[in-house]
Amino acid sequence: MRFSAQEIIETIRMVQMEKLDIRTITMGISLRDCAHPDIAVAATKAYDKICRKAGDLVRVGDEIEHEYGVPIINKRISVTPVALVAEASDSDDYVVFAQALDRAAKEVGVNFLGGYSALVHKGMTGGDRALLTSIPQALSSTERVCASVNIGTTRAGINMDAVAQMGRIVCDTARLTADRDGLGCAKLVVFCNAVDDNPFMAGAFHGIGEPECVINVGVSGPGVVLAALEQEPNADFGQLANVIKRTAFKVTRMGELAGRAASAKLGVPFGIVDLSLAPTPAQGDSVGRILEAMGLERVGTHGSTAALALLNDAVKKGGAMASSYVGGLSGAFIPVSEDIAMIEAASLGALTFDKLEAMTCVCSVGLDMIAVPGDTPPETIAAIIADEAAIGMINRKTTAVRIIPAPGKTVGDMVEFGGLLGRAPVMALHPYSSKVFIDRGGRIPAPLQALNN
Amino acid sequence: MSSGSSRIIVTVIGQDQVGIIANVSAVLAEAGANIIDISQTTLREFFAMIMMVDLEKATLPFDEIKRRLNRKGEEMGLRIDAQHEDVFKYMHRI
Repeated sequence: MRFSAQEIIETIRMVQMEKLDIRTITMGISLRDCAHPDIAVAATKAYDKICRKAGDLVRVGDEIEHEYGVPIINKRISVTPVALVAEASDSDDYVVFAQALDRAAKEVGVNFLGGYSALVHKGMTGGDRALLTSIPQALSSTERVCASVNIGTTRAGINMDAVAQMGRIVCDTARLTADRDGLGCAKLVVFCNAVDDNPFMAGAFHGIGEPECVINVGVSGPGVVLAALEQEPNADFGQLANVIKRTAFKVTRMGELAGRAASAKLGVPFGIVDLSLAPTPAQGDSVGRILEAMGLERVGTHGSTAALALLNDAVKKGGAMASSYVGGLSGAFIPVSEDIAMIEAASLGALTFDKLEAMTCVCSVGLDMIAVPGDTPPETIAAIIADEAAIGMINRKTTAVRIIPAPGKTVGDMVEFGGLLGRAPVMALHPYSSKVFIDRGGRIPAPLQALNN
Repeated sequence: MSSGSSRIIVTVIGQDQVGIIANVSAVLAEAGANIIDISQTTLREFFAMIMMVDLEKATLPFDEIKRRLNRKGEEMGLRIDAQHEDVFKYMHRI
């Protein structure tokens, strides 16, 4: 036999017992040719194009799952940042465009479509302004559309006017979706150093340097890494990193296989594999548990940042060796509501907001799926975004904020989003005001790229 | 099948019992599938049998064979799966 029984059993075990899965096959579609002076026409063109390009996406995803016996959890779509497409229209109300995207997502059967987005890290055009203004309405009147806004980069600095506005937009979005615990905010990501080829929601969009259509794959597998670590209770850190690298390598190979198969079947070029340890609320699918398996009593205690740094880096190293094209966000996600160990630690008070912020310095993205009190002032949300963007800007990494000021909820309450979005305890924030700071406006200048100390 | 190869890996996992090989082989023989290799091992506390099967001359499509194997598994209280060999090739070989 060309494979040893151990190898085959290892694969079977990863899939059947340790929840190895392809988290998402995401088709990126350019909508740049859908611009039109009449927004309704532009929306129809976008709808038609998505249905045409992605009509077979779900069927092909299911087919690959069947052939290879590896679950493919989500099939999704990312599109050109809508601000760039809708800008050519005479209208400044883009909600109709979001609704067309929502209908297209439903028509082709994907559960999320990302790209209701604008890139405003240095300033805003008329189209950017119109898009940002429409976000709360767009997210509350659609089901599957995800929005993201890039407000800073290492090269441009941070657009603090946009940060201030995003603080208000997050609060407005929560208010308009108050009947669903502010669910709209779970579909809204504020980025610094956003990447063009991220397949994971809610922050996926089809960047402007991307081809007409592309297949990107997101693989996950916190359960597989956890099981591998549990086999090595006495390993030192060098050995620990090696175990993670080896596991990440194998997991990424599955993504490469699924991506190449999808690309061939759909006749669409293959983009990248994003190996991100993306937790789900299911038992045995938690990044927090990996950190705890390294020897921390609870995730969030002292040592968590170091443990996460080791994990994130080892995942990247293993993944980079396994695929011809690694991209996206690749690393470890730490979304609170989607990770059983994080939910427990936050409920116990073991994991605080400030510790989470510190951990985002070394994780693959940022403050993710965090519920905070519903009466949090917009300036405080903006200041949180500014802090997180500053971490990304200075450290030349992607950071993001996806935060939910849960309407009517206060510290200690539980917010239920359901499904993959999970549940989150409302976390305490600093009570002192950041209003005067946020009201200043303007831009934080780009940082020096030398004299790094 | 997406790649040139027509080989699949059939895995049987569960409690050991009389007739596993006979039953699985019967399903495969009916489908005109050729068994190239069989081995067995344990997965945690379970019995695990692994078969490499060539579908080149199979008279039924992969989907149908997989369905029949799944059904046979349910009858016997076992988990029987069929996967294209590329999964294993990709994960363990470069």
